[in-house]
Amino acid sequence: MKSWRLPAPYLLLLPAFIVLAAVVVVPLLLSLYSSFTPFRLTRPDSIWTFIGLRNYERLFTDWEFWVAFGRTVLLLTVALNLEMVLGLGLAVLVEKATRGQRLLRTIMMFPMMFSPVLVGFQFKFMFNDNIGLINNALQGLGLTDQAIPWLIDGTLAFIAILTAEIWSSTAVFAIFILAGLMAMPKEPVEAARVDGCTPWQTFRFVTWPYLMPFAFIAMTIRSLDIARAYDIVKIMTDGGPAKRTEILWTLIARTGYSDARMGLANAMAYIAILLSIVFTAMFFRQLAKARAQIAAEW
Amino acid sequence: MDRNAAHRMKRGLFKATHLILLFLAMAIICLPGLWIVLSSLRPTVEIMAKPPVWIPRQISFDAYVAMFSGVGQGGIPVIDYFTNSLIISVTSTVIALAVGMAGGYAFARYRFAFKSSIFLGFMLTRTVPGIALSLPLFFVYAKLGIIDTHFGLILAYVALNVPFTIWLIDGFFRQVPKDLAEAAQIDGCTRWQAFWQVEFPLARPGIASAGIFAFLISWNEFALASQLTRSTSSKTLPVGLLDYTAEFTIDWRGMCALAVVMIIPALTLTFIVQKHLVSGLTSGAVKG
Repeated sequence: MKSWRLPAPYLLLLPAFIVLAAVVVVPLLLSLYSSFTPFRLTRPDSIWTFIGLRNYERLFTDWEFWVAFGRTVLLLTVALNLEMVLGLGLAVLVEKATRGQRLLRTIMMFPMMFSPVLVGFQFKFMFNDNIGLINNALQGLGLTDQAIPWLIDGTLAFIAILTAEIWSSTAVFAIFILAGLMAMPKEPVEAARVDGCTPWQTFRFVTWPYLMPFAFIAMTIRSLDIARAYDIVKIMTDGGPAKRTEILWTLIARTGYSDARMGLANAMAYIAILLSIVFTAMFFRQLAKARAQIAAEW
Repeated sequence: MDRNAAHRMKRGLFKATHLILLFLAMAIICLPGLWIVLSSLRPTVEIMAKPPVWIPRQISFDAYVAMFSGVGQGGIPVIDYFTNSLIISVTSTVIALAVGMAGGYAFARYRFAFKSSIFLGFMLTRTVPGIALSLPLFFVYAKLGIIDTHFGLILAYVALNVPFTIWLIDGFFRQVPKDLAEAAQIDGCTRWQAFWQVEFPLARPGIASAGIFAFLISWNEFALASQLTRSTSSKTLPVGLLDYTAEFTIDWRGMCALAVVMIIPALTLTFIVQKHLVSGLTSGAVKG
């Protein structure tokens, strides 16, 4: 009898399966189970008490949790949209430059190399009400006489976090949109101009549809690790002041580690995971659509 | 004549606006980094000064000297953190590359059942927020006794990087024409030989950039590292950065200096790969 062997592609994928199963899937199943228990790190045996959906029930009526949830969605929506617009602007600016394009491109990628922790710290430094660059500049220019409490006021802190987030991630969009602009054939644009389109029309109906898949690649890549915003928020405000910048991920960390309520934190984590998956799935579908459109036109 | 002049002026205006905007954008991108470098080189008195001192009166490397002179002299164990970061990032990158090459090759060259669902499944593992993953990992690692070890973090980072390396490497293998390997096989190579002698050398720049990308992700990771490390035996640089924050005060200058130390390897590596990185990601995604 011939011995049965795993077909080549599955054999090749086996290591990836094993690693991902061991580090992601199994722990996640465990956390799914523990989200049905009142597990606390301080009382290890509490993991054997099954309480059904009580953690989730509690979350659904927990106002604080939903505020954090809403804030996270708001942060992501505003940040991703602004990053896309700014990234598009930046890409167009760089593409139009006649000299030094290589240098400009390199500078453009600069923020991507910064660890989110570093970005958080850097902007915490710049937005510091007492010694920060921004307040110093504003006061130096005479735009304001008192120090603006950037990281102390809830709304201003949100803006500061948003700035840090946008500063660090606009590059991702700019790079991909620039790649699209450079790969784009020149004829359609010229044809549109000959046909009497205004620059805006040319951009809106010729250039932009072409760039869309590139923008969605950037979106998809960004959505794969949107949770990196945790690092920034953790460093800049740690959810403060008085929980006014608390986002889902800082809330999870607080509940799980500081309050040691692992069961509840895992229930929150599951909702956070679903949120990430929804974001990613959304962009993946858009990407597939845009890709199909491009394939049809080429 | 008039129209000509008007047109020329409009063009000039347009060009000037473009230059100004470009300059502003670049300034915004560069300023935070430059400010950090500058702050790491000036005495604390100047950082704290009111009214602010814009142009440094003296430049000193005190912060760096203090940082590397060990715990006793008001520094933090930067060298330990640096070695930890290096060991963990390099090892996890090498393993992730090996796993990613096998996987990427499978996706680029074979047809098999559930191909796209498997691919999507891999990508979805990447969407799990680090902090959400850290909760069960913390528990499992504590049971296995591998909290605060290099091994634990390496394992986690390999899993973190595998989906991305598979995606990137898949894209690069697609760019290598299938015919080349087939020709080699007709000439008597086994598939294994054809891979190493024909396809691998052609895809090498791409694989190298996937490696650097993986390295950067491990080098910069914080959410998992902050929970799975405890002491100098495995703390990485991003976690070490927090050593400079005490309850109410922050040693800004020290932190700036450490930030510079952290960014330099990342900066150098990114310069090397920037070209391949974009082409790999786009070819994987657009022509998929």
